[in-house]
Amino acid sequence: MKIHEYQARDLFRKYGIPVPDGELCHSVDEVKKKISDKDKLRVVKAQVLVGGRGKAGGVKLATTKSEAIEKAKLILGMDIKGITVEKVLVADAVDIEKEFYVGLINDRNAKAVTLMASSEGGVEIEEVAKTNPEKIIKMPIDPTMGLMDWQARKVALQLFNDPKQVRQAAEILVKLYKLYIETDASLAEINPLVLTPDKQVLAIDGKMNFDDNALFRQKEIIAMREADENEKKELEANAKGLSYIKLDGNIGCMVNGAGLAMATMDMIKLYGGEPANFLDIGGSSNPQKVVDAMNILLGDKNVKSVMINIFGGITRCDDVARGLVAALDQIKTDIPIVIRLSGTNAKEGLEIIEKTGLPVVKTMSEAAQKAIELSKK
Amino acid sequence: MSILINKDTKVIVQGITGRDGAFHTSKMKAYGTNIVGGISPGKAGQQVEGTPVFNTVEDAVKATGANASVIFVPAPFAGDAILEASYAGIDLVVCITEHVPVQDMIRVMPVLEKNGTKLVGANCPGLITPGECLIGILPGMIFKPGNVGLISRSGTLTYEVVNMLTENDLGQTTCVGIGGDSVSGLYFIDLLEMYENDPKTDAVVVIGEIGGDAEEQAAKFIKEKMTKPVVAFIAGQSAPPGKRMGHAGAIISSGAGTAEEKIKAFNAAGVPVAKEPSEIPGLIKEKLGL
Repeated sequence: MKIHEYQARDLFRKYGIPVPDGELCHSVDEVKKKISDKDKLRVVKAQVLVGGRGKAGGVKLATTKSEAIEKAKLILGMDIKGITVEKVLVADAVDIEKEFYVGLINDRNAKAVTLMASSEGGVEIEEVAKTNPEKIIKMPIDPTMGLMDWQARKVALQLFNDPKQVRQAAEILVKLYKLYIETDASLAEINPLVLTPDKQVLAIDGKMNFDDNALFRQKEIIAMREADENEKKELEANAKGLSYIKLDGNIGCMVNGAGLAMATMDMIKLYGGEPANFLDIGGSSNPQKVVDAMNILLGDKNVKSVMINIFGGITRCDDVARGLVAALDQIKTDIPIVIRLSGTNAKEGLEIIEKTGLPVVKTMSEAAQKAIELSKK
Repeated sequence: MSILINKDTKVIVQGITGRDGAFHTSKMKAYGTNIVGGISPGKAGQQVEGTPVFNTVEDAVKATGANASVIFVPAPFAGDAILEASYAGIDLVVCITEHVPVQDMIRVMPVLEKNGTKLVGANCPGLITPGECLIGILPGMIFKPGNVGLISRSGTLTYEVVNMLTENDLGQTTCVGIGGDSVSGLYFIDLLEMYENDPKTDAVVVIGEIGGDAEEQAAKFIKEKMTKPVVAFIAGQSAPPGKRMGHAGAIISSGAGTAEEKIKAFNAAGVPVAKEPSEIPGLIKEKLGL
C-alpha cells in the first residue's frame, strides 16, 4: 500500500524526523485560508501516488502568497499519468546547501532490511546507482538488534563532516528505522535529505510503502489509505479474491496463477498482440470467481477478445470447465472468448467446453494466436 | 539421488487440522510421502487421515524422528511456526502459507542460520522428488522420475513447464517451487549448487520472473561454478514498467530487474532463455544431446 507524501511527512514528524512546515490543501480557497499572509519561498506539490510528478509539472515554486495560490490553481485538477490531482501540499521551501538520499527497503539478497544512503541525493539517484554504484552505501540491518547506533553513525559519517550534523543525521536514520519496523513498511525514502545553509538536517520529500500482508496488524496505516482510480479497481478485484492490473491493450486475459498470467501476457505480445490486463483468478474452480473476473474484463471497453488460460493442478480441469460453463452461461457478451485448458483431466474438461460451442485450443501458443486473430474481427 | 528430499524423508504437517492442511495431507499420503505426524496445539491424540496429531513440533519429532515439516497455518502465525520447527531440530521446513508479512520472514532468517535449518518458501507450492516424496500442494501426477532439475518462482507456470517436460519424456530429479515473495528461504544459487552436486541431475531448468536481481546472480553463479547445462525462462517480459517501489527497488539491485537485463545476464552465462515455455523441452534436449 502506498501513501501520499504529506502522509509520509506526518509519520516522519510523529517519529521526530524534522520536516519543513506545510499545509495540505484540497482547493484554492483552502490555500488562501490555510497559509500565512507572509510572503516567503514556498513549494506547491501535487499529491499523487504515481512517480514523475516533478517532470509532469506537478511541483512549482512560489515566492509570495498570491503566487502560491496561482501555482495551486495550475496544479489542482491537472492530469498526471491519468490521475487527476485533487490535493496539493504547500510547504515552506528551504535553501539547500547539499542534497542526500536515504532509504530503507526489504532486501531480497540480504534477507534483511537494508539501509541505503548517498551523498548524491535528488531525482537522479537511480542513475547514480547504475553508473556509480560505489556512491551508494548499503548497510543490511540485523533484525534481532535493529539499526544500531554505530551503524547509523558509520553511515552518517560518510555523508557529513561536521560532528553536529553527523549526530543529527544518525538520529534521523535510527528514527526512520523505528518507523519502518513499527509500521511494517516495505519502503521508506527521504529524497532529498538536505543540509540547509544554517546547518540544519531536514527531510524535504518522503515516500513510504507498506507491506500489504501486514496491514491486518496496522490499523493506523490502513486508515491512511486514499486509493486513486487505478488502485480502486485493483482493490475491488482483491476483495473478490482476484489479482488485477489494467494495461493498455485489447486482449483480455484470465489465468490461474501469477507466473502463468505473466507468461500468458508475454505470449500475446510475442505473437504481436497487446494484453489488456494482468488477471490472476487464483487456484479455484468457483464459478462466481469466473463471473466476477469476466465482469471486470468486459468492463474494460478496450477489450476485443478474451483468452482464458487454465492449468489444472490439484484443481481438476473438468471442475474448472464446469465452473467456466456455469459462469459463461450467466454472462451475455458478443466479445469472442478462447479457452485453453491443460493439466489434470484436461481431456474431460475440453469435452465439457466443446459442447458449449466455445473455441477451445490445446496450447498457450495456439490460444494467444487465436485470441489475437479474433480481436481483429 | 535427488536433492533435499527422498523416500526416507519423514514429514510432519503444521496446521494438519485446518481445511488445506487436512486436504493436502491426504494428497501427499496418496502420492506416497511418508507423513509421520501433524501439529495442532491442543489437539494431541487426534488422528487426521490416519496420522497422529501432536501439540508441538518438539513432541512430534521426539515421537516420530521427523526431519521435514510442511506449514499450512494462517499467515499471521506462519513465522512463528517456522521458528518452532527450526528450534525443534527439523532440517527442512516448507512454508506453503501465502501473504506472510515480510518483517516476520526477515526475523526468522538469523534463527534458521543459527540452527542450520533449510527453508523453502513461504508462498510456494513446495517440492517433489518424483516417485519418492512430495511436500506441498504440487499435482503429483504430472511429474515423473528422471534427470532434470527444476527451480521456479511460480506455481502454475511450473506445472505448465513440468507437464511439457514429462510429455517430452524428460523426467525430473527434484523440482522446487521457491515461492514468489521478496524475502524467502532457499534461492536459485543455493539450489543450483545442490543440483551441481547431485550425481543424478544432468540439466536444470530455471523459471524466473521480473523484479529483483536473483536471476542475474544465478547467471553469475552458473557462469563461474556450474558444469551442468541450465535452461531458463523469464515470466513478465511484457509487463509494463511503472509497477515499482520508489527508487529503492532499482537502487538496491543497481538495475530495474527487467526481463531484458535478466535475459542478457543468462545469455552471457551460456544459458539459453526460452521465448515461450513450450521451447524449454527442446532446449534441454539440445543441451543433453538427445
